[in-house]
Order: sequence, then structure tokens, then C-alpha cells
Amino acid sequence: MKIAVCIKQVPSREWHPRLNDTKTWIRDQDANFEMNEPDAYALEEALRLKEKHGGDVVVCSAGPARVAQVIREALARGADRAIHVEDDALASADAFVTSDALASAMKEEKFDLVLTGLQSDDQGFAQVGVVLAEKLGLPHATIIMEVQAQDGNLRVKRELEGGWFQWVAMPLPAVLTIQSGINQLRYATLKGIMAAKKKEIRKASAPASASPKQKIVSLYVPEKGKKTQIIGGSPAEAAKELVRRLRDEARVIS
Amino acid sequence: MILVVAEQREGKLNRATWETIVGAQQLASGAPITVLVPGANGAGVARELAAAQVKEVVTLEHAALEPYTPDGYTAALQDAIGQLSPTYVLLPHTYQTRDFAPKLAARMDRAILTDVTAIKPGSETAFVRPMFQGKLTADVVPLGPAPHFVTFQIGAFRVDQVAKGTSPAAVRAVTVNVDPSAIRQKPEAPFQQAKQAVDLSQAERIVSVGRGIKEQTNIEVAKKLAEALGAEIAASRPICDAGWLPMERQVGSSGQTVAPKLYVALGISGAIQHLVGMKGSNTVVAINKDPDAPIFEIADYGIVGDLFEIVPAIIEAVKQ
Repeated sequence: MKIAVCIKQVPSREWHPRLNDTKTWIRDQDANFEMNEPDAYALEEALRLKEKHGGDVVVCSAGPARVAQVIREALARGADRAIHVEDDALASADAFVTSDALASAMKEEKFDLVLTGLQSDDQGFAQVGVVLAEKLGLPHATIIMEVQAQDGNLRVKRELEGGWFQWVAMPLPAVLTIQSGINQLRYATLKGIMAAKKKEIRKASAPASASPKQKIVSLYVPEKGKKTQIIGGSPAEAAKELVRRLRDEARVIS
Repeated sequence: MILVVAEQREGKLNRATWETIVGAQQLASGAPITVLVPGANGAGVARELAAAQVKEVVTLEHAALEPYTPDGYTAALQDAIGQLSPTYVLLPHTYQTRDFAPKLAARMDRAILTDVTAIKPGSETAFVRPMFQGKLTADVVPLGPAPHFVTFQIGAFRVDQVAKGTSPAAVRAVTVNVDPSAIRQKPEAPFQQAKQAVDLSQAERIVSVGRGIKEQTNIEVAKKLAEALGAEIAASRPICDAGWLPMERQVGSSGQTVAPKLYVALGISGAIQHLVGMKGSNTVVAINKDPDAPIFEIADYGIVGDLFEIVPAIIEAVKQ
């Protein structure tokens, strides 16, 4: 099976946001980046499918030059080769532009299965996998917690809300968006890191045709909805004061 | 005209539809609103929704909509939207919407803004949405020709704010043409993995743990606090994914929705997926080492610091 995994590089969880001068995007140079977590689960699922059914795992990413870091990481974990659609404008692109960039570079590869995370930790559209499926002309399913592939067919467990699930069958090729927690992630071994250095990264340029479908006019730190009372002092003092307020003010403990 | 796409299954309405109607009424400022009810047995739902102050409710029944598939919904709704020609198409940001709406917008080559929490009117209407896991908020405008698709975060609008009409709105049906061979997904019946042994929705107090707990053995600290407060233990998704607590203890969009008197969030940053499951709580306490964690935006009381120092101190203070 020839499997593509679309991964995105996003600011790390510990990153403290800082805005650019126009307050329409972040200061890229201040951020540390890492692989988008749901995409890491998609990669792991692809590697497991390869181990079971054979084939190749090709990691695809659309973004500026810095994205090479997460591509190398994916190769070190076991992906066979990579496609990097490189363009500075892709750093803040909307889901349509990103999908266009990925689709144009992936089309000729004729993948059997395309996996990606259900959404990204940066813009959080939850759109790219679905839009990509449409642009590639493939069926899709979202928020997947189990993948069974056999004889050109696919059966996947889709997560619904509130603890409900549903099995969905569809023909291959297809696109799936993977939910975090579908599997246990592996880490790169030293051998994997060494091997990754020799693996191919094909560079592709972004298609000129893609036009954005939305524009950020203002980006800012959220206004607080409630008045949070921050309780200071030493741990013992803060704890004591919190318990007092929960008893006397909020009256939620006895 | 503004179109609201209702969500219903077998005649049972998803309440988030009412929230979307509230959003539509805010956006409309006088423009007519139409509510579209796709799926079989929608007549009862249509009558229910006709109580809202809207111009009309339109039902859409077709074999392609039963059972739900993204291919079927995309084809049928594209046809219906073509007939109704709205300027906006509004939907609740449910898992089902996430499954088909981006495809529908892509097929029609129209903008789609997802997970929107508020509307900012002006010369150019902007939509407010969280970014970077809630660390930042963006005002976003759709580009290109109408209709523009917008999905509203669950809980963004309050159902009790809905304007009701003086008399029920007109209900009519719309018919569409869909080629059944266009539907490639074959869904099986939905099921619940394990019967929910724990009903957190009824809990009066909940102590909930997130990534900040760091290790499985540290869950014990949280359990001791829960015991001292007479609370149930719960967790955010990553904790249940790791198997540190069972899935049935998960609070959030993929787990349970809770509304206790007291919700204590330990080392939970406050990703949107978690907040939608607990923001109905009466009193929220957040303990986190990161002063910028989004959980502090909805907390009533916050302590910034090391939970491994603070939690034992709280247990001590409760006992006194």
C-alpha cells in the first residue's frame, strides 16, 4: 500500500504567543515548532499499516523552509520519503490554499491511502483533510479511531460525539483524518535518525492558482469572559485562601 | 437570505441547532432567515423550529441522506443551496458538520469559517474564532463570492436568547436530485463502546486532570484531592488516550459534558475541545503553572504554580 501522511509544523505547546507588527499573525521568529500532535498519530497509524500490509509511507508537508525539521523527524520515525511544498506564504495559509498546495504535489503519486490529523493546533480549521479529499476526488471519513484495510477496501471506526462510534466502509483510495489517541506513538531511534539523513525529500513549489478564502483582520490575546480571581502567596497560603473562598464565597464545599 | 442547516437524526433535533439560529438572528439584522432540515422524519423537527422568529423552515428528504454520509450530504445540500441561494450558510460545529461542510464548501468553491464564537458587525462583518489552542483569538472575514459558510462553536450562543415568532413560520419542502452512485461511504449503525458506568453529568463536584499531571503515578494526588472534596475524578482527552484513566472519565467534546457545582482543573491548559465539555460548571478552579493557559479565562479562582505543591496543601486545608 502506498500511504501518504500530511503533517503540519505548529508552534510548540509551551510557546507564549507574540504578535507581528500588523497584529494579523504571530512573530514566527519567536516560536519553537513541533509536529502537530494529531498528525503524529496519523504518521504512527501509517507506519503500522505499512508494517502489516507492506508498501511505502510518504510524508507530505506544505510550509516554509523550517518545516524540514518535522519532515526529518517523520523520516526518522520510519517514513520512507517526503514531499515538501515549500513557500513562505504557506506558514499562515488557510485550509483551501494548504489543500491546493498538497493536492497539486500529491496528485501524480496516486496514493492508495492519505492520512492526516483531524485538525491542527495552530489555526484549528479541521478542514484540510476533507478539502484535500475533495480536491483529489477521493472519499473520506473524519475523526478516525481504528483503520482496517483489506483487498482494496477500507473499514474505519469513526468517533461521534458523547462516547458514540460508527464503522464506515469505503473503497480505496481514500482520505482519513485521524483522532489523537488512536495508537501509542513511537519515538525516533538513533538508527532511524541516521537513516533519515539519506532519505529523499522532493521539493515542490506551491501552485500559483490558489487564492485564499479568508483573511485574518486582527489577532489578539482573548478577552477574559469571567473575572478570574488569581490567588497568590505560598502554596500553603494560596491553598488555605482557596478553601476559604470555596466554603464562604462560592459555597461549593462544606 | 441567511440559511441555517439544522442537525437531526430520526426526528431528534441536535440542540446546537437552536444556538445556530441565535447566531443567525444576530447576523441577520433584518435579513430573512431560512432553516433547512435535512434527513428523514424531519417534519416534527421542522414544526419545533418554526417557533423561532424566522421566515420559513424547509424540509429536505431524500434517500441519499439516509443514513448520513458526507458524500450524500454534500450532493443534496449543494443542490438545495443552489435553489435557495443564501448569502450565508450557518451550521453548528458538530462532528457531523466537520465531516461534510468543508467538502461542500470546497465543491462550491466558497469560503468556510469554522469554530466561530462571535460575530462582529461593521462595514465588513467579521467572525471571531480561537486560534493556537485558544491562546489567541482572530477576527476573520470570508473572501470571494457568497454564500459564505460559517460553523459556530457549541455553546457560543445561548439557546435562551432565541427570538420566537408571534406565529409559527411557514414550513415547506424542497426536493433535490442526487445520483446514488456518488455515495461512496457505507456506514454501519452507531454504537457506544462501553456502557457509561460513570455518569459525570450528575456529579456535584469534579476534580479533573490534564497533561500537567505528567505521570500516571501522579494521578493518585488528584484522587486524594477528589476524595477530600467529595468529588468524582475526571480528565482531559490526553490522559484517557494514554490510558491513565478510563475513557468514560473523559470530559470534553469527545467525552462527557458536565455541569457540576465545583470543577477543579489540575494541569489542564483549556483546549477548546475540553472547555466545551465543562464550561457550564458553576464554579471553576484552575491550577496551572502557565499563567497564560486559556483555562484561566473561564476560571473563577486561579492559582498559578506547581500543582504538586498546591494540591497537597489544599487537601491539608480542607481537612482543617
